[in-house]
Amino acid sequence: MTTRVPVVEKILSANDRMAARNRETLDRAGLYAINIMASPGAGKTSLILKTLESLNGRLRLGVVEGDLASSIDADRAAAAGLPAVQINTGGDCHLDAAMLADALIALPLAELDLVLVENVGNLICPANFQIGTHLNVLIASIPEGDDKPYKYPGMYRGVQALIVNKIDLLPHVPFDLEYFKRGVEVLNPGVITFLLSCKTGEGVNAWAEWLVRQVKDKKE
Amino acid sequence: MHELAVTQSILDISLRHAQKADAKRITAINLVIGRFSSIVDDSVQFYWDAIAEGTIAQGATLHFQRIPGEMTCRACGHIFQPDDVTFACPACSSLSVRITKGDEFRVDSIDVE
Repeated sequence: MTTRVPVVEKILSANDRMAARNRETLDRAGLYAINIMASPGAGKTSLILKTLESLNGRLRLGVVEGDLASSIDADRAAAAGLPAVQINTGGDCHLDAAMLADALIALPLAELDLVLVENVGNLICPANFQIGTHLNVLIASIPEGDDKPYKYPGMYRGVQALIVNKIDLLPHVPFDLEYFKRGVEVLNPGVITFLLSCKTGEGVNAWAEWLVRQVKDKKE
Repeated sequence: MHELAVTQSILDISLRHAQKADAKRITAINLVIGRFSSIVDDSVQFYWDAIAEGTIAQGATLHFQRIPGEMTCRACGHIFQPDDVTFACPACSSLSVRITKGDEFRVDSIDVE
C-alpha cells in the first residue's frame, strides 16, 4: 500500500538554518557582512579593492574569497593588507552557509566592522544558497549585455543591492541601460542601484558611502 | 553543479519525513520547482541514483512539477507568462507588472510504503 506523506518543505531549508546561525555569529560580533555575486570577470575582486581604497581606513574590512581552486583573489586581497580567507569549493559552483561558517572561524571577527564575501563567479547557483550575510549584492557589468535580467531572473530577484560595473565602456558597447533597468525593476522593484567603474573610479565613492551608512545603521 | 547539494537536501528531507511516517520504502518524491529556481531535472536524477543507493529511497521516482513564471499586470490585471526577452504585459504593454508565481522550490510530498 502506497500512501502519500505531505512534506511541503523548502529544498534548501538545512542550508537556510545554517545561514541563520552565521547571521547570529556575525550579529554577536557586531559585524556587517555582504555577499558579492556576479558572473566571472564582472569585477568582484576589483570592486573589493576599490571599496577598500575609497573607504580609506574608515571601516575595518575582512574578506572571504570563494573560488573553484587557487588563491589568486585572496592573495590580491592580502597584498592590499586585508585579513583574507580563501575558500576553495573544489568544483562547487557556489558558496553555501557551511563553507562560510568555516571561514568565519578563521577571521579575527572582533577586530572587524565589515566582512566582504566574494562568491564563486556564476549567475545561477549562488542565488539559491543564502549564506547568512546581511546584504546580497549583484555586480552586473556592461560587456555582459543588457539582457541578463531576463536570462537570469533568479539572481536579479535575490539581491538587495545592484552594482553596474564598467560603465566607462558604455560608449563602446551596445548596452541599452533603459531596457536593462526595466527588467531589473520588474524582478526587484526599487532595488538600490549603483552605476560605477572600478577602472576609472567613477561612482565608487557613492557606493562606499552607502556601505558606511549601512554598517553604522547596523551598529546603532 | 549545485544539483548535488540540492539532491542531497531532497534526500535528507525525504528520509526524515519517511522515518516520521514509519515508512519501509520511499517510492516517489514529488517536487515543485518554479521558473525562477534553476535546477536541471536530469542532473538531479543522475545524482539521485548515486546518493539514494543503500537508503530506503533507493529506486524512488522523482516527479518534477514545473511551475511557469507568472506575472500580473498592475495596470490592467492581465495574468501572463513572461518570455525571456521582455516582461511587458502582452495585453496593454505596461511594464508595471509583478511576479505572482515561479519562486517555488520545495519537496511537496513523498509516496511511501
